[in-house]
Amino acid sequence: MRIPKTALIGVPILLLVPLAVRFAFPAAEKYYLHLLIQILIWSFIYTGWSLMGRFGLTSLGHGAFTGIGAYVMVLLWNYAGITPWIGIPVAIVVSIIVALLVGYPCFRLRIVGHYFALLTLALTEFVRLCIVGLRDYTGGSLGTQPRRFGDGVSLYALQFEPDRVLSYYVALALWALGLYVWWRIDRSMDRYALDAASQDEDAAASVGIDVTREKLKITAISAAMCALGGAIYAQYQMYIGPDTIAGLSVSLNIVFAVIAGGMWVMLGPTVGAVFTQVLSEVLRVTIQNSAALQKVFGSAVLALDTMIYGLLLILFIIYMPKGILGTLLERREKKQETPLVPAKAGTRS
Amino acid sequence: MFTDLILRSPPQAGVSKDGRERNASMDCQLDIFFLEAVLNGLLLAGLLALLALGLNLIFGVIDVVWICYAELVMVGMYGIYYAHKGGAPFILAAVIGIVLVAAAGIVLHQLVIRPVLDSAPINQLLVTGGVLFFLQAAATMAFGIDFRNVGIRLGSFNAFDMSFSYSRIITFGVALAAMLLLWLFLSRSYIGIAIRAIAQDRQIMPLMGVDQRRIYMITSAIGGGLAGLAASLMVLQFDIYPQIGLQFGPLIFMICVLGGLGNMLGGFIAAFIISEFIAVGGSCFATEWGYAIAFLFFMVVIFIRPQGLFGGKS
Amino acid sequence: MLELSNIDAGYGGFQALFGVSMTVKAGEAVAVIGANGAGKTTLLRVISGLLPATAGTMTMEGVSLRATPPHKIISTGIAHVPEGRRLFPRLSVENNLKIGAFIPAARQKFAERLAFVYELFPRLKERRAQLAGTLSGGEQQMCAIARALMSGPKLVLLDEPSMGLAPVIVAQVFDLVRRIRGEGYTVLIVEQNVRQVLRIADRAYLLEVGRLKASGSAAELAASDEIRKAYMGI
Repeated sequence: MRIPKTALIGVPILLLVPLAVRFAFPAAEKYYLHLLIQILIWSFIYTGWSLMGRFGLTSLGHGAFTGIGAYVMVLLWNYAGITPWIGIPVAIVVSIIVALLVGYPCFRLRIVGHYFALLTLALTEFVRLCIVGLRDYTGGSLGTQPRRFGDGVSLYALQFEPDRVLSYYVALALWALGLYVWWRIDRSMDRYALDAASQDEDAAASVGIDVTREKLKITAISAAMCALGGAIYAQYQMYIGPDTIAGLSVSLNIVFAVIAGGMWVMLGPTVGAVFTQVLSEVLRVTIQNSAALQKVFGSAVLALDTMIYGLLLILFIIYMPKGILGTLLERREKKQETPLVPAKAGTRS
Repeated sequence: MFTDLILRSPPQAGVSKDGRERNASMDCQLDIFFLEAVLNGLLLAGLLALLALGLNLIFGVIDVVWICYAELVMVGMYGIYYAHKGGAPFILAAVIGIVLVAAAGIVLHQLVIRPVLDSAPINQLLVTGGVLFFLQAAATMAFGIDFRNVGIRLGSFNAFDMSFSYSRIITFGVALAAMLLLWLFLSRSYIGIAIRAIAQDRQIMPLMGVDQRRIYMITSAIGGGLAGLAASLMVLQFDIYPQIGLQFGPLIFMICVLGGLGNMLGGFIAAFIISEFIAVGGSCFATEWGYAIAFLFFMVVIFIRPQGLFGGKS
Repeated sequence: MLELSNIDAGYGGFQALFGVSMTVKAGEAVAVIGANGAGKTTLLRVISGLLPATAGTMTMEGVSLRATPPHKIISTGIAHVPEGRRLFPRLSVENNLKIGAFIPAARQKFAERLAFVYELFPRLKERRAQLAGTLSGGEQQMCAIARALMSGPKLVLLDEPSMGLAPVIVAQVFDLVRRIRGEGYTVLIVEQNVRQVLRIADRAYLLEVGRLKASGSAAELAASDEIRKAYMGI
């Protein structure tokens, strides 16, 4: 891994981004920072999902974990006055428990592929329905807001939304944490065990790999990351709704972005987040600025980005299943190496 | 009546008011309301079984899960709505809807499924997830986010202090008839038997003179047609809006998996079990809790019997 | 009737057949013998279109088979009884036979042919409502042959009909083959059970690692020392 060298250049650049934005777009500083913050937070969540996705555990249940993360933290804060510093760990623990409760039987019984995806989809729906059902506390399908503490910037309440620069650094730290976890796992023995298990469970078990245990480990980490991401997202948005932070469309969005970026390379999920966020922003701005498009579609233009997402998702899976970054890296490797050496990245299907 | 809201847990405040009312006033009792809920659950089951049938057929034959199945139903509902609004009598509009979705099924198969037939199963599932996004967003752009209704009110049938809407009763009857017809088709006709055979041994079908691509296309058309039929029944009961698929899509997958993916009879029975959970759970608590209990039940069952309640095919 | 000349075929990068040429004349029973992995099954799969040939020409009564899509080959009069029988286990015996008559030309004659195969194999008639997966091995082979006959073929390709069956049943299966020959079908049979197959065949080809090594009348081959040593264990 060439991490040290890139980090040497990359870290200062990333740290100085707010300054650059201030100079480059003095009028729209907040907007660009907002875009970056969104990208970073979602990158973290996507990275969390890809930890499972890269080993063939295609979960449609991660909308449940982001939802649990956000709602547990917000409800503890709003109704019990418990600071997010405790609320977030509690939320993470809750989502890990849920992940293990669902994961353990899945992995013991070797529920994979379609069944795993549909079962985790049921989990997403279950959590969403619980959120809606507990409408006296959660606000039902209309969502709710974390109670603002003081002027909205507070270490105690872990609130930072009004200060975009601060929010950027929070999101950046979160994103870096995600990459660190990814990197650690990529270099660990668990990764080889999981790789083996994703290709042939029997063979993996026969060489002494405790497949269930390995899968549970990665599932717990992945769920924890999504819960943390969901909680931070709630703190940044200062709003949570069952459809914005939980539910099937969140699950599918996660999967799509990671596939678009590439799930077998470290920065793949990040590229996926950049791609999806920038795409939807560009479309939104283009449409807002174009009277003609506005006239044709009216307020429904908001759906245009989703429509293009859907189309791209289809095209990606058919023509570029390794994602943008995965495919680019593979091309580069092919160019560099002699043609006889097979490409390293993602020979799996 | 609250049961009309089953399958429609929409984003607006109306339901939440309704849910609150029910929370406050209703305890689960073995009374006439309970019986009414049970019977309404039975009627709902017919519709859900019909929805599950198409998905199961496609999975059983092509080995692909159309995760956008509910969105095809949504497309059919809009088709019927506009055909009816454009002056077509309801039956004609329903036929148009069925043909429309059957055609959509063929297009979906040819454009999206065929290129990934040899990919990992999960890619096949996700690619139809893309179609889900696409259809939902396209419908939003084309038709807006308003709730629409074909405006046909059939009234309801009252007996022993209980009330059942005629639309539900018709739905139940048509769904049963459709299932019976499909069963006859699959067990009697050459194409039907080939459809069943292909699910058991794909490779040797050419030796029987069966063109696999053609069978896949026919199956996709039938699967789509069933979605269209379901749509024509659903417009009688529910409002149409672009996100309606998300309300019952997950439910159909759950029923299919519970019955054993690809097992049409299993799906049929599972539909009855699930809809009773929804109807009775919904009548005892709020609508969402009926659903939530159904999903919980589903997960628990899958952990006990991963192949589904009646699954043979793993 | 069936003519192959210089056929090459393979799986991916692996070539399994090298320049195979052979003929089967109407009314003949021709055997292809050889060791495991010699390419016998591949040969039949190429003829029936399950595996595309990569070179050479193949005709059935003058119709080019390489230009015919796989599912149309049965309409040229070739029916293939695949290795391992490959019945549809969860369809009834009668529905298996019905699938055999899937092609439009065969559908019209379904009732007639059904009566014919039931007469030929009365056991199948007794079991017609039973699921094919529940039949015994010998009965399954019977059903597989009957299914092939339902399309009204001129040429029947039989792939290892004795495979996986008990010795007593093997004798019965060869008897079946003799009977369908007696009904006037042309037969191309692939077998590892060389001794038995040479007794029912008129002519035979010997396939070794994808190449034809010998051919001749069944009697000649059965008398050849080389073949007796290598394949008949004498």
